[in-house]
Amino acid sequence: MLKKLKHIWHMIRDLSGDNAYEQYLKHYAEFHQATVDTPPPLSRKEFFKLWQDSQWKGVKRCC
Amino acid sequence: MHKNLKIILWIAVALFGAFALAGIALNRGESINALWLITAAVCIYAIAYRFYAAWIAATVLVLDETRATPAERLDNGRDFIPTNKWIVFGHHFAAIAGPGPLIGPTLAAQFGYLPGTLWILIGAVLGGAVQDMVTLFFSTRRNGRSLGQMARDEIGVIGGTAALVGTFLIMIILIAVLGLVVVNAMKHSPWATSTVAATIPIAMIVGVYMRNIRPGRVLEASAIGVVLLLLSVFAGGWIDHHQTLRTWFDHDGLPLAYAIIVYGFAAAVLPVWLLLAPRDYLSTFMKLGTILLLAIAIVILRPDIHMPAVTQFVDGTGPIFGGKLFPFVFITIACGAISGFHALIASGTTPKLLMNERDIRMIGYGGMLLESFVAIMAMIAATVLEPGVFFAINSPAGVVGKEAIDAVAKINSWGYAVTVEQMQQLANDMGESTLFARTGGAPSLAVGMASIFGSAFGKSMLALWYHFAIMFEAIFILTTLDAGTRVGRFMLQDMLGNFNKKLGETSYMPSVIFTSSIVVAGWGYFLYIGVIDPNGGVNILWPLFGIANQMLAAIALCVGTGILVKSGKLKYAWVTGLPLAWLIAVTTTAAYQKIFSTDVRIGFFAAAEDLATKLASGVLSAEKAAVAPQLIFNQHLDAYLTLFFVVVLWVVLIDMLWLCARYLSGKPVLKLSEVPHEPSRLVENWVRD
Repeated sequence: MLKKLKHIWHMIRDLSGDNAYEQYLKHYAEFHQATVDTPPPLSRKEFFKLWQDSQWKGVKRCC
Repeated sequence: MHKNLKIILWIAVALFGAFALAGIALNRGESINALWLITAAVCIYAIAYRFYAAWIAATVLVLDETRATPAERLDNGRDFIPTNKWIVFGHHFAAIAGPGPLIGPTLAAQFGYLPGTLWILIGAVLGGAVQDMVTLFFSTRRNGRSLGQMARDEIGVIGGTAALVGTFLIMIILIAVLGLVVVNAMKHSPWATSTVAATIPIAMIVGVYMRNIRPGRVLEASAIGVVLLLLSVFAGGWIDHHQTLRTWFDHDGLPLAYAIIVYGFAAAVLPVWLLLAPRDYLSTFMKLGTILLLAIAIVILRPDIHMPAVTQFVDGTGPIFGGKLFPFVFITIACGAISGFHALIASGTTPKLLMNERDIRMIGYGGMLLESFVAIMAMIAATVLEPGVFFAINSPAGVVGKEAIDAVAKINSWGYAVTVEQMQQLANDMGESTLFARTGGAPSLAVGMASIFGSAFGKSMLALWYHFAIMFEAIFILTTLDAGTRVGRFMLQDMLGNFNKKLGETSYMPSVIFTSSIVVAGWGYFLYIGVIDPNGGVNILWPLFGIANQMLAAIALCVGTGILVKSGKLKYAWVTGLPLAWLIAVTTTAAYQKIFSTDVRIGFFAAAEDLATKLASGVLSAEKAAVAPQLIFNQHLDAYLTLFFVVVLWVVLIDMLWLCARYLSGKPVLKLSEVPHEPSRLVENWVRD
């Protein structure tokens, strides 16, 4: 039961983008291993700005 | 054994569905329970999804789960992201479910509950869901290209341009009619107006919270916003009872229309994070929550439907909009059965998130089935009202008369019982001064929802439920209005960018202001005319929107049919060809009647001529004579616009048929633009693990 609720909560966070920053950090750790010349990951605030702007390109809502 | 059990189960579903449908269709005289509608719908959806959609997926489109999707191949962590199918389903459904499936069925209920319900079910299963699924599939195979680009690549420049221009115009009409619906809901209602006005600062608070105070905490901010929204419904009631405060929010239609126009412009120019994005979060939560609540309430309450199965208005004399059952029920239902707009979503964001092609059936076909179910619930909410009450709320003053006593007499003469006292009592219960001639569908839907919620969860709070429903409708109508204006602006900048590079830059402020002004002026004009029209405006604008939306659907089906034929699948081309032929018949007939009908309630030219004669002979009141020239001009404009829509549709159709004929006779045609097969690594990994 608790596991189910946790799963649902996770889905809601995924859907709303609440955990977008965590996902980004994961993606960053996986694909951009910190070498000398890679920039450090964005801060939560910087990332959220970019993410929100990218969410609002194109047709997002309909009749 | 296991297999036999499954077969028996599906036969049972089929029989039960057929039984429920027969009950709905053959029932005459006695009132019928809303649960039968729900049962028939669920059984039909289940069978269509299990068999028809599965067959399309396996045999017609041949979904390939070993093939890498664009999200996998082009994964950039921003717009191309392989995403869990339930999450994609959520995004897709939130994007396609707008106010359309709520308003369309409410208006179409003037024909009785049966015609609209049948079309919502049949249209979705054989038309709308197929269109969404096929478009999603073809776009996924083309790196998530948009409908307009696919039309250009596969059919030709003419088809592509037509799709683009069609989309832009439909957006303008859509926003105007939605604006009109909100204005009609707020007219002389301080409670509704103050609550709707409060949603703007609330959205801004939420926006600032998630941008600066606690960056990225989307759920926290939304929770605060939802609580504030609910408080604003209470506060609206308090304002309504306050002697001076209520006068600040008590307005005619015209000032409210101007306010919405100014608001729309501001929303298109302001940064998205401040208004558009936070409002969208709130509206999505409200929308999903309220639809769920309505479904639960209908199941708990099991209300009886009071509207007859079929009313006398199938002959074309309906008060809400003129025109016979065919073609106008199909034009009016619009989004709940088949919506061309969905093709833009299915060829925009959604294909860029798909993790695997096999999810296309659930997201494309299943998403539309859920939308159709929302339309069924709207139909229930409209038809549980006493028909007399339903017509009193939805009939414009221009048809039934301005005075309550005239309106009641007129509605009684149609055979629907309603009294002035009954309407006054209802208005008092709902916390409104009057409910007569509140056209547009939103108030009658809110009364229907309030009575369902009230009966299921406590009758004492009818006024609160009513204004909650109005707030719920207004918040996502305004979201569509904001988002639509912005998309219109981007489209226009994109088009103008071909002539002047600077105008095409989306962050160049003079261009932003210029293009936003054009878009807002476009829908603002139709909104203004709708408000000054004594017949309510909805009766003109909604059919125009319906024709435009069904035309866009026909264009999407043209693209789908063309690609199927070019892929050597002529024998399956009927899957999209059949709904296409039906839409062509519906939109062409509707357009023909709107242009050439001599009935002043249907034909634009006839109405213009009628008004011109009356104006010339001086029989109009001073008030009506003042706006008559503008209305006459508008009727002409609407006629030419309809003509334009139908010409565009036929050009695309002929272009597509020409292409098919060339292909079938072995002549060279535009090559398929499908991206070559690349094996999916996600599937391999999954199999290896």
